[in-house]
Amino acid sequence: MTIAATAGRGLGRLYAALMNLPERPMRWAQGHLPDGRLGWLFVGPNLAIFAVFTFLPILIDFYYSGTGGTNLLPTERPWVGSENFASLTSCQDYLDPNSCVRDQFWYAIWNTAKFVVLQVTLMLVFSLATALVLNRKIIGRGFFRAAFFYPVLLSPVVVALIWKWVLQRDGVLNAAFVGAGLEPVEWLLGARSAFGWTVFVSIWAHMGFYTLILLAGLQAIPADIYEAAAMDAAPPSRVFRRITLPLLMPSVLVVLVLGLIRAVQIFDEVYVLTGGGPGSATTYLVEFIYNTGFSSQVRQYGLAAAASLLLAGVLLVLTLIQLRGMRPSKGDGRG
Amino acid sequence: MARLARMMTATRGHGRMDWTDWASYLYLILGTALMLGPVLWLALSSLKSPAGLIEFPPTLLPQEQVRVSVPNYPNPLPLYRITKGDHAGQTLAEVRKIGLQATMVDPAAPETPIRVPVEDRTKLMQFHAAWDNYGDLLQKFDFGRYLWNSVFITSVATILTLLLNSMAAFALSKYKFAGREPVFLLMLATLMIPPTIILVPNYLIAAVLGLTDNPWGVIWPAVATPTGVFLLRQYMLTLPDDLLEAARMDNASEWRIYWRIVLPLSKPALAVLAIFSVMWRWNEFLWPMVVLGRNETFTLPLALNSFQGELTTQWNYLLAMTVVTLIPVTVIFALLQRHITQGIASAGVK
Amino acid sequence: MPVDFPLRLTLAAAALATLGGMTAAANAADIRIACYSDGNECPATKILAERFMKDHADIHITIDEMPYKQILESVPVQLAAGNGPDIARISDFGQVAPYQLDLTPYLPDADYWQKAYGPVLDWMRTGPNDHGIYGLMTQLTVSAPLVDKTLFDQAGVPVPAKGATWDDWAAAALKVAKATKTPFGMAWDRSGARFSGPAISQGAKFFYAAGHPPVVDDGFKAMAAKFVKWNQDGTIDKDVWVSTGGGYRDAFEEFANGKIAVYLSGSWQLARLQKQIGDGFDWVVGDAPCGPGGCTGMPGGAGFVAFKGTKSPKEVALFLDYLASEPVYAEWMVMTSNLPANLDLQKKKLDYKFTPAGVAAMAQFQANAATLTPLAYKLQGDGLSRPMFNATVDRISQAIAGQITLDQAYERITADVADAAAAKNKK
Repeated sequence: MTIAATAGRGLGRLYAALMNLPERPMRWAQGHLPDGRLGWLFVGPNLAIFAVFTFLPILIDFYYSGTGGTNLLPTERPWVGSENFASLTSCQDYLDPNSCVRDQFWYAIWNTAKFVVLQVTLMLVFSLATALVLNRKIIGRGFFRAAFFYPVLLSPVVVALIWKWVLQRDGVLNAAFVGAGLEPVEWLLGARSAFGWTVFVSIWAHMGFYTLILLAGLQAIPADIYEAAAMDAAPPSRVFRRITLPLLMPSVLVVLVLGLIRAVQIFDEVYVLTGGGPGSATTYLVEFIYNTGFSSQVRQYGLAAAASLLLAGVLLVLTLIQLRGMRPSKGDGRG
Repeated sequence: MARLARMMTATRGHGRMDWTDWASYLYLILGTALMLGPVLWLALSSLKSPAGLIEFPPTLLPQEQVRVSVPNYPNPLPLYRITKGDHAGQTLAEVRKIGLQATMVDPAAPETPIRVPVEDRTKLMQFHAAWDNYGDLLQKFDFGRYLWNSVFITSVATILTLLLNSMAAFALSKYKFAGREPVFLLMLATLMIPPTIILVPNYLIAAVLGLTDNPWGVIWPAVATPTGVFLLRQYMLTLPDDLLEAARMDNASEWRIYWRIVLPLSKPALAVLAIFSVMWRWNEFLWPMVVLGRNETFTLPLALNSFQGELTTQWNYLLAMTVVTLIPVTVIFALLQRHITQGIASAGVK
Repeated sequence: MPVDFPLRLTLAAAALATLGGMTAAANAADIRIACYSDGNECPATKILAERFMKDHADIHITIDEMPYKQILESVPVQLAAGNGPDIARISDFGQVAPYQLDLTPYLPDADYWQKAYGPVLDWMRTGPNDHGIYGLMTQLTVSAPLVDKTLFDQAGVPVPAKGATWDDWAAAALKVAKATKTPFGMAWDRSGARFSGPAISQGAKFFYAAGHPPVVDDGFKAMAAKFVKWNQDGTIDKDVWVSTGGGYRDAFEEFANGKIAVYLSGSWQLARLQKQIGDGFDWVVGDAPCGPGGCTGMPGGAGFVAFKGTKSPKEVALFLDYLASEPVYAEWMVMTSNLPANLDLQKKKLDYKFTPAGVAAMAQFQANAATLTPLAYKLQGDGLSRPMFNATVDRISQAIAGQITLDQAYERITADVADAAAAKNKK
C-alpha cells in the first residue's frame, strides 16, 4: 500500500513539475505579446506538426498529381501537367464506365455514390431509432449503450475479418441456413449481395458512435416541452416531427457530415471483406486509388494523387453544401 | 419493496409495460446479440485447430478428434465410431488408412486388425481448445518487445495528443484572434483527403527528418489529429467564460488558466479523445508498416502479421492474432466506458 | 521551489535522450535482410546466417521477418527515399529493379552462378543487354494440378495421365464431381501466373517481338474462353476468381475440405498438404496438362535481391555466395521443403524428410519442372508480365461475373498493359 502511495505522490509531483515548466515562459510571452496573439502560442505546436505531417504531404500530392512515370521520388518524375486529370475524366458516356478510358475509376465513382447514399441514409435511420429506444427508461441502459458502441473500437481490418469469417461459404451464417433446411448462399459472390453486405458491415462498425451523438442530442431537449405537448394531447408522430426532429437537427448535421466523409472514404473494411469483387462491384474510390498507386506492379502514383484530389474536391463541396444548407437552424452563432 | 417494483417496471409512465416497451427491449437485445455475437464467434473460432476450422458445418465449441494410447502401438491412435456395416456401434482406433479402406483395431483387443471402409465411420470428437494458436504466436517471436513498442507508442502518442490538441482547442475556443476560423477550417478540410495517399509523401518527409525506423516516426505525425481538436473545441465552447475572467482578475497566467481550470473541466471530452487515440494508435497498421523496417522497432499488429506470406493464409493464426489485438482496447473500453459515452454526448450536441 | 529544479533538468535530459533515438556503435559490417515467409524460409535463413557468422566474426546479419505486404508496398518506398534493407526477399523483381546492386564484381566465382542459376538470373535483369547478377533465388516453384485421388477412386475415374489435354482434365474432374456429389470439379488459384501455364499450353505466344509487351493472341483467347465456360457451367469453382480477398486468393481450403477434385496450384503447397491434410485423403500431383502449345506450367519463386544503398556490398556478396554454394543451398531447400533453383541440384535427388506421399509429390513436381518451356521462363521474367497477370485476373473475373463480355475483356487487357508500358517508359 505504501509503495502505491509513494508512486502516486511521485506521479503527482511529476505532474505538478510538468505543469510548472511552461509557466514562466508563458507569463513572459503573455507580457510581451499583443493581446490575441497568445492564441497562436497555444495553437502553435499542434499547428506545426499538422503543417509538416498533414498539410505538406497534401501539397506534395498536388505536385505528384501533375507528374507521370513510375519513380517514387518527386524529383525524378517527369511533369505531365493535367494529363492525369484528363485521362481520369475522359469518357464518352459518363453513365457507362465501359466507355471511359479509366473504366475502373468510373466504376468506383458510381459504386461509391450508390454506397454513400444507401449507407448514410440507413445508418442515420438505425442510429436514430437506437437513440430513441435508448432514451427511454430502460434497465441496463449503460450496458446496451456500451454494447452498441463496442464495434466502433475495432480496427477496420478486424471488423472485416470478423464478418468474412461469418459470411464465407463454410461460415456460421450458412451453417445456420443449412440447419434451418435452406440452401447455403454465396453471400459475397453475387454483385448485389456483396454490395449489400459492405453497406451492412460498415453500418455495424460505426453505428454506435452516431447513436451516442444523437442520444446526447435527445437528452438535451428539455422535458417541459414534451410535457407541454402531452398536455395538448399531441399524437406521438406529430411530437416527433414538430418537436423532436427540429431540436435534434444540430446533432443530425454532425452525423451527416461525419458520416458522409467516412462513407466516401470507405476502404479498409471493404478491401479485406471483398477485395473489390465480384468483378469490380464493390470497388470504391479509395480502393481504386490504392490499387493504382500501391498494389499494381507498375505504380502510377501521379494518377492516384490526381484521383485523390478529385475525390477531396467533391467531398469538400458536398460538406460545404451540407453546412450552408443547415446553418440557419443551428441556433448558436459560434459556428 | 414497492420502490423496487416501481423501478423495475418504469415505463412510459403508465405503470405497466406496453407494447412499445416490449418492442424496445427486443430491439436492444437483438441489437446487442448482433453487435457482440460475431466478435464472440471470432474468439471461439480462434481456439480451433486448422482441421477444425475447415469443418462444415462448424461446431460451436472447438473440438478435436479423440486419441487413445493403444498397447503395441507407439503413438496415440485416433478414435472413430462405426456407423454402418459389420461393426456398427463399435468405437475403433485407426492404425492406417489407404485409399478407401482403413485398418482399425479395438483398443480393448489390439491384436486383431479389422478392415473398415472409410464411409462407414465418423470421427469421435471431444472438446479441445487449441491454445497452440496463441502459444505458437507468442513463441515465434519476441512478444514482450513488440508489446512494449506498442504500449510505448500508444501511451506517449496519447499523452502528446491530449496535450497538443487541448492547447489548440483552448485557443480556438477561448481566444479571438485573426486566423482562428481559417485554421480550424483548414484542419477540418484535411479530413477530406484519404490517408492512403499521404503515406508516401509522409515517408519522404520522415526520411528527411531522420524519423524512420524509430518509434518517434510513428508518434509525431499522428498527434495533431483534426478530429481531436474538433471534439475538444466543441466541448470547450460550452465552458462559461466567466470562470476564466474571474481567474484573470486574480492575476492568473493564461497557462495556469489552461492547466488548472479548463483542462480539469474538460475531462469527459479528454476521456473520449484518450480512448480514440489509444484505439487509433494501437490498431494502426499502414503507417508503421511504411516507416518501420527493423524487426526490433515493430509494433504488435505489425509483428503479428509477419507470418503472412505471399501464397498462404493460415486462418488459425490470423484469428488468434485478431483476438490478441482486440483485447487491450476491450479492456480499456470496459474501464472507461462511462466517461466515453458522457464525453461524446457533451461534445456532439453543439 | 527546490524540488522542481532537478526534476526539470532530469525531464529535459530524458526527453533529449529519447528524442535522440538509438545510437548503435557498429564496427562490424551490419547487414539487414528484409524477409517474408511462405512457410519457414526466414527462420531457415536465420539458422544458416548464424552458421555463417561463426566463420565471419566481423559480419553481423539480422533478418527482419515481416508480412509480404510490407515488402511489396513499403520496401520500394524506403529504397526510393534512400533507406531500406541491404537485402530483401522479393517476388516482384520489377518493383526494385532501379535499386538493385550488381554483385558480379564482388563475387569470388561469378561463372559458377551463371552456370548453376542461369535461366532464373534473367528474372532479375532489366533487359536483353543486362548481364548483371543481382541476387539469389530462394526457391523455384512450379505450378501443377493437385489431385484428390480418393475422390477419383470413389468415382472410378482414372487420374488423367501424361499427355492428357486440359479438356480431358476438365471432363474427368466434372465426372468425378458429379459421381461423388462434390461441389466442383476444379479450382484454379486467382492468379494471372496460374492462368498463363494453361494459356501457353493452349498455344499463347505472348511475345511477338523483342521489347514489345505481351499480347492477347488466339491461344490466349482459346484458353480464356474455355476457362470462362468452365466457370459458368460449374466445372470450376467460380468463387475463387470472381469474389473476394483483394488480389491473390488460393483455393487450398476448398481442396483440403474435399470440395474440389482437381486444384491448379503449385509446389509451394507441399508443406501444407502434408501438415493440414496429412492422410485425410490421398493426394497426388498430376503431370502438366497439354495443348497445342505444349505441356507446361509456370515457374516462379522469390529471391534475395541486393541493393545499391548497402554500405557493405562485399559482405552482402559473400553471404549470398555462401547460400548459393551447392551443399548449403541443398540443405536450405531441404529445410524449407522447396524445389531448388540451382540447375545442378534439380538433377539430383534431395533428401527431403517427407512422408511417402510427400516424396512422390516432390518427385512429380521435379518432373513437371523439367517440362517447363523456355517461353514460360521468359514470361515469368518479363518486366511487363506482372501488369499482364494483373490485367488477366481483373478483366477475366469481370467477364466471368458478367460485368463485361470476353471481347471487351481482351480489349481491356491490351489497354491495361499498354497503359502500364507507357507509364514505365515515361522519362
